[in-house]
Order: sequence, then structure tokens, then C-alpha cells
Amino acid sequence: MNALDLSVNHPVGDFVREVLFPNCPDLAWAANGLIAAVALVLFPVFLSAPFLIWMERKVCAHMQARLGPMRHGPHGAFQTIADVMKLLFKEIALPGKIDRLPYLLAPAIPLTASFLSLAVIPWDHDLQVADPEQGILYLLAVGALGILGILVGAWASNSKFALLGAMRAGAQMLSYEVSLGILMLLVALLSGESSLREIVLSQQGTALDWWIFKAPVVGFLAFVLYLVSSTAELNRGPFDLVEAEQELTAGYQTEYSGMGFAMFYLAEYVNMVIQAALVSTFFLGGFLPLQIGIAPVDGILAAAPGIVWMVAKILLVVFVYMWFRWSFPRPRIDQLLALEWKTLVPANLVLFALGVLLVSQGWIL
Amino acid sequence: MSSYAILAFFLFLGAVLAWGAMLTGHLLSPKTPRTPFQREAYECGNSTIGPTRVRFRVGYVFFALLFLVFDIETLLLFPAVSALSASLRGEETGIAPLLAAGEVLLFVAVLSFGLVWAWRKGALKWD
Repeated sequence: MNALDLSVNHPVGDFVREVLFPNCPDLAWAANGLIAAVALVLFPVFLSAPFLIWMERKVCAHMQARLGPMRHGPHGAFQTIADVMKLLFKEIALPGKIDRLPYLLAPAIPLTASFLSLAVIPWDHDLQVADPEQGILYLLAVGALGILGILVGAWASNSKFALLGAMRAGAQMLSYEVSLGILMLLVALLSGESSLREIVLSQQGTALDWWIFKAPVVGFLAFVLYLVSSTAELNRGPFDLVEAEQELTAGYQTEYSGMGFAMFYLAEYVNMVIQAALVSTFFLGGFLPLQIGIAPVDGILAAAPGIVWMVAKILLVVFVYMWFRWSFPRPRIDQLLALEWKTLVPANLVLFALGVLLVSQGWIL
Repeated sequence: MSSYAILAFFLFLGAVLAWGAMLTGHLLSPKTPRTPFQREAYECGNSTIGPTRVRFRVGYVFFALLFLVFDIETLLLFPAVSALSASLRGEETGIAPLLAAGEVLLFVAVLSFGLVWAWRKGALKWD
């Protein structure tokens, strides 16, 4: 029985059946798959964002020798939930001369873009929403989509702070997208795979088989460059010029209040999870357990399921991002763009050429 | 189910969720009469002087254009890399691995030349 048999001999029906849902036994099966997929994307979003915001505040507080939020729940663990409730009940102050439609539509764009990236993250051996064959190409395509929402929202909100913040955001995020693209391509070259799942599976073995070590020197340099570029791509400190509060109050979000602001903010944290997940997928073995080559220890380490390892690696990378934020001073916008175009892009191109040499000579460990 | 169908679904879901949350916020927010000051562009308490859509530095647009060029070149590099990997794995691609590697390197050289050209032309200068 084929419940997807929408209409016989109709081009739209044929398209739905054969292109969108090939090999689909019936509608119930498709619906189950869809519900699982939605859960797999929404869980990380709604679990991680409150946790990460709390973690950010705690990490930052302890690095500055203070306590951070302490009142709501143990060590302030419910602080973010209280904040979300406050935002939900906040009066929405629409500024006067905004372009109403783009202003109201824009906050959805960054969040939607981050959903699209989140869907291809491999969480475990069989825990991935979608695995397009050309996963890297797909990530390149949707990666730069979120910037659109920032530019539209800021332009529509009719404010000098927002406009300047969005201009910085556009130049910064687009520039760093270039080096992220080259580094992703380098990983695709080293592993010979383009699907994210296959990239993870190409790192099976001990920790020395992760791409950070497996490609001698090149892998480690690529890891460091990817970390720096993704920090800039995320607009996180020290590269948070987009919302440098001393200069631009809140940058592109200045005129947003309530849930509109919350959507931009949520997208930022979800993007942080995505970038951390990509770092762990590309360089740190993704959902594969840490193996050190000593049989009894490896047995214990491999007993934990893949998703635990994935989450642990993501949290490690996220911690490094937060550490960056409190360790370095903020550069100027021209210094930031010069760093990208005059240092990182040439370095990435040289690294890529070295990668081609490594692969074609078979010098992979 | 094809992976692209699911991805298309998430395009829809993201929009619904975000606008749903914003709509909920609008419904729950207290409705108080607006003062004229509330409707002004926010500038930390001062009134805005002149138009708010100020002129911005053309440099930002330069970098966006550069991105366009380099992003497309990265995309063009992608099939070359796929072909190189396939030929290294010994699949039938019609090109010897070393030749394919040479061609990829040539492409990277052209890309680098483009960057050097833009640099020399002053596209990366801020002033």
C-alpha cells in the first residue's frame, strides 16, 4: 500500500513521489522519520541554548574571579529559564520609522539557517537527520545564509547603531566564510569524502587517526586556523565587533526587544554548537570514542555511546571559544579584515596546496 | 526519505518556530500607551541627528565582492577535489592521480594570483 500515491500521472505527484520521497514505503513511515528528525534537531537547540548561556556566564564569571548567577536553582542553573520568561512577557517596543515587514521577518532567518546546518551534524553512528552526499558543499551553501537575516533586520530597524553593526557583520562573516570554506575543502581532500558521516568514519582508530594528527602538521595547523576563523564567523569575542557594546550598544540587535531579540540570540548560540560540532567532526573524530592504544583503557572508553563522545567534544570546543573571549583584546575592523585576507586566506591556500601534496604522495599517517 | 526533502522541511520548521515565538511574545506583551520617545531610534538617550540610514564605508562592499569571487572559486575547486580523491582511490575518472593533483595545484595558484592581484590593486586597503 502506498499512501504517498497522491495523484496518478501528474507531474507534481511524480516529483513528490520520486524525487522528494524515493524508496518510501508509506506515509506513516515517512511521518515517523520526520518526527524523529524534528526531535533530533530541536533537542540540541532547546537543551543547549539555556545550558550554554548559563555556562558562558559561569565560565566568564569564574575567569574574572566572581561567582556569576547564583540565585535561581543550584549555582544559578535556572537563570536562563527565568530570562526567557522575562523576554516572553516583555513589552515590545516597535521603533517609529522601521520597515515593518522586513523588520518582523528578519529574526527568523538566522535561526532557520542554523536549523539547516544542524540537520547534517552526525551525532552517532545512526543518529543523523540528513546525510547529503555532498555534505560539505551543502554546508558552504547554507553557512552564509544567516548573514542575510542580520543585514535585513538591521537595515529595516532604522538605527545608526544597527546599520553600522550589520555592515561590520556582513564584511566580517562573509570574509571568514572564505577561510572556513577552504578548510572544509581541505578536510574533504584529506579524507577523500564529502559526506560528514564518512568524514567521521575516516578517522577510525586511536586519537592519532583523527585528522588533527593524522595529516602531519597540516592537520594541526588546519585545526588551529579553523578554530580562529570560526570564532570570527560566530561574532564571538575577541572578534565581537559586530556588537561591541562600548561602541554600538548591541549592534544589529539594538532595536529588537522581546522574542525578536531572543531569536537572534538563540541563533548565535545554536551556531556556536554547530561550529563546535563541525570542529569535532572534521578534526576530533566526531562521535568516535577516544582511543589511546592501551587495550583495557580503550575498552572502558569505547563503552560510552557515540553521542556522549560527540557532546563531550562539542563542550570542550565550546569551552575553548569561551576561553578565547576572555583572553584576547578586541581588534579594530580593518585589523580584523586584514587578518583574514592578508594572513588567514594565504595561509589556508598554502595549507591546501600542502594537503594536495600530502594526499597525492600518500604521506598520511 | 530523501535527505533534501527533510532539509526543505526544516526550512519551513525554522520559520514557523521563530515567527511562532515572536507572535507569542506579541500576544503576551503588556500593551501600554506609547510615548513619543519610545518610538525614536535608540541612541542611548540622545535624539537622532540627521537621517538614520547613514552613508557607510565602501570598503565593506569591496569585501563582500571579494567574498563572492572567492566563494565561487572554492565551489569550483570542490569537483576538482572530488575527482582527485576518486582517482587516488583508483576509480575510473579518466585522469592520472598525479596529473589531477597538478591541476588542483594549478587552480590554487590561479586563486592565489587573484588574491595577490586584488591586494596589489588596493582592494584590501581600508583607507
